[in-house]
Amino acid sequence: MTEIETQKTIGSSVPEPRTDDERPLLEIKDLKVGFKTQTGMVTAVDGVDITLYRGQSLAIVGESGSGKSTTAHAIINLLPGSGEITGGQILLDGQDLTKATKHEMESIRGRKVGFVPQDPMSNLNPVWSIGFQVEEAIRANGIASERKAVKARAIEVLKEAGLQDADRRLKQFPHQFSGGMRQRVLIGMGLAANPQLLIADEPTSALDVTVQRVILDHLESLTRELGTTLLFITHDLGLAAERAEQLVVMYKGRVVESGPSLQILQNPQHPYTQRLVAAAPSLASRRIQATGSIKAAEDSMGEDAASAAGEAIDLIATAEARAEALETAAAQPPAIVVEDLTKVYKIRGTGDFTAVDSVSFQIAKGTTTALVGESGSGKSTVAKMLLKLEDSTSGRILVGGADLANVRGKELFALRSRMQPVFQDPYGSLNPLRNIGNTIGEPLMTHKVGTKASRRERVFELLDQVSLPRTLVGRYPNELSGGQRQRIAIARALALKPEIVVLDEAVSALDVLVQAQILRLLADLQAELGLTYLFITHDLAVVRVIADNVCVMQKGRIVEAATTDEVFENPQQQYTKDLLAAIPGANIPLGV
Amino acid sequence: MAGYILRRLLQAIPVLLGTTFLIYFMVFAMPGDPVVALFGDKTPPPQVLEAVRERYNLDKPFIVQYLLFLGGIFRGDFGISFSGEPVSDILARTFPVTLQLAAIATVFLAVGGILIGLISGLRKGGIFDASALVVSLILISLPIFVVAFTAQYIFGVQLGWFRTTVGSGAPIQDLILPAMVLATGSFAQIVRLTRASVIETDGQDFVRTAASKGLSRRRIVPVHILRNSLIPVVTYIAVDFGVLMVGATVTEGIFNVPGVGRTLYQAIIRGEGPTVVSFVTVMVLIYLIVNLLVDLLYAVLDPRIRYVK
Repeated sequence: MTEIETQKTIGSSVPEPRTDDERPLLEIKDLKVGFKTQTGMVTAVDGVDITLYRGQSLAIVGESGSGKSTTAHAIINLLPGSGEITGGQILLDGQDLTKATKHEMESIRGRKVGFVPQDPMSNLNPVWSIGFQVEEAIRANGIASERKAVKARAIEVLKEAGLQDADRRLKQFPHQFSGGMRQRVLIGMGLAANPQLLIADEPTSALDVTVQRVILDHLESLTRELGTTLLFITHDLGLAAERAEQLVVMYKGRVVESGPSLQILQNPQHPYTQRLVAAAPSLASRRIQATGSIKAAEDSMGEDAASAAGEAIDLIATAEARAEALETAAAQPPAIVVEDLTKVYKIRGTGDFTAVDSVSFQIAKGTTTALVGESGSGKSTVAKMLLKLEDSTSGRILVGGADLANVRGKELFALRSRMQPVFQDPYGSLNPLRNIGNTIGEPLMTHKVGTKASRRERVFELLDQVSLPRTLVGRYPNELSGGQRQRIAIARALALKPEIVVLDEAVSALDVLVQAQILRLLADLQAELGLTYLFITHDLAVVRVIADNVCVMQKGRIVEAATTDEVFENPQQQYTKDLLAAIPGANIPLGV
Repeated sequence: MAGYILRRLLQAIPVLLGTTFLIYFMVFAMPGDPVVALFGDKTPPPQVLEAVRERYNLDKPFIVQYLLFLGGIFRGDFGISFSGEPVSDILARTFPVTLQLAAIATVFLAVGGILIGLISGLRKGGIFDASALVVSLILISLPIFVVAFTAQYIFGVQLGWFRTTVGSGAPIQDLILPAMVLATGSFAQIVRLTRASVIETDGQDFVRTAASKGLSRRRIVPVHILRNSLIPVVTYIAVDFGVLMVGATVTEGIFNVPGVGRTLYQAIIRGEGPTVVSFVTVMVLIYLIVNLLVDLLYAVLDPRIRYVK
């Protein structure tokens, strides 16, 4: 039983009576962490209290910038460069870690507190073998010192973490491992010295959903077996509720709500938590399912996100309107026809690799088709071929009736203006040296649309459309948040009034609340401008709220294609069922 | 691996042909008659001029001259210098000296530069770091002859630690001062490059993960920071080897080191085609081998790089 008491917190759990001699394993009291900047100290964590008893699991949930990771790093005193603890206590088994010496801290890390970091791609040193990096952890914590014993323990640790052929793979390097395998290695390292507490900082957010589920299941059974206390850090409310008994919701460096997971999910008290629960696609879509409407889902979601009070919306009317729109769309010739599309990459040494294997689908004008699959399924390659950024090996792509293979030169240039992409990374896809006005106006310049004045007017109009203030025109991307940047990317895509927008993981990098806003914006723009969307994503939960039709891709092939409702209510293929089951939090009943 | 080395060595052949041709052409195109210049103020009889021209093939068209020279090289005959000495003898006499000089310079700039860069990067923003940055900037900005004359004056004349000139047959320790002068510019670059690389690596996720495993800083620095930081530095040292060769010409002139630089300089002034091209050929060959060695070292440092075929 975990007991969490927080000041200024709504809905704390009722403390269970405990035996007096048992003190909490981890007790964080009024923790404050600041980052030194040129303009002074910026507070990232502002008076956080967390209590965690032995053998329990607790998840800290929040958006990026909420201070959840900073709290985790503060516990093991590994704050990045300019960060420091400015107040409060972190008691581990009664010892105040904020006062521990450098040497004491070194013996606590690994031995008493294990850490599983976020990104498996960047958290293993690329120049050392896997075995070396695991053995190093074992030696540093005094688990074993003799060479053979260290190696034996390393193999044991990796096998426990789910790496069956560990003895064979010790000599391999991180780049020879898949993301999921690397995460297993990191989990193994974190648990190598049997720590009492394991901090898992977004341990699976960089992985595919099905892999995520396997890894989390494994982590859960492993920690239960070893009796390890688990502290989860995650942005995913569904995942948190599914994997931890207790939740702590953080917002802007403070704890806004804490208590048993189910209680918080079913009966959130704080307005922020209410918005989070409403916006989390994995949870929201379940709730929306009852109304049987996709379009209404967006509306209700958006409204919920916009106002915590929640305005009453006529869900059924919206659903009917959407159904009508779909019928009219079906009567017209399709905007995109893809027939038997295949892409083969020649790889030296290992032969050919078929990234896309006879894929066929159609998208009706003004509708949204989602292409869903895990990484490596070929979905982004389809998008690249559709945008003619990549040539197909065989098959046809018809856009508005014209075969892409025959389009060249001026025609291709004109075609590009009718088809625009929005990419995943809102940080990487905007040129940091161009201001917002120039970025949005660039397609207009390239296609020589209008005069200088009319182009400027169009930029303002686009900023209005994506609900951003006109004053942003002279600002630069680094001054904007991720959500604002993605709006800019959408505005740029819309500048030429395209008919088709290809959204390649366009909301995957965004926090849930921002994600909900962007999805809402996309739906509004579609209704207003009659846009056709090809929506590429790995996240089935998002598909639920945005798409009319779904194509599920696996290993370059479309394994299932149907309307969104059919796919969600009656999936035909085992693979689709696995994907659906892997959505975190999908099985949590909501009390709304 | 063996296949990769063989392919790299085969690639060296067209590079060598191209460079020799270009250099030979440039020497040929230099203004003035090298044979007339040989005699200085005196005016030699035309028969003597003709005899000299014939002996050095200077009476033949350019392409014939080049092919005759190339044919000689394949037979191991590098021709004869204007002073009558076989060029191969001059090569054998001067190259060891310059290679020693370059080796001492490389050791100095690699060991010193990496060490200071590492400390600087780990103590970013401290006094040591700030001083290292300022000093290295000054060293980069100074032309090599200014460094050379200053060092010669301070360490040679004022302090008397080193001999100011080296001369032929001098012991190897006399090369230390010229080697350090030769290394200064590159040394300063290495300090800055290592510093930047260390700072970048120190901020990497895997360094934090290493700390979270319970490793001490004393282990993290050499194992997880230094090795990763060296990858770009090693590449730079290889590219820099060419700069070192150029610098050697100036440094050897100032310290009177009987190495390649001084001899090559004099040969260029005299327009001695075969001597110049022979020297440059050997220099290009050394440069190619050094780069091959560094590429192999690169694979040792970074296991992600594997050379196939």
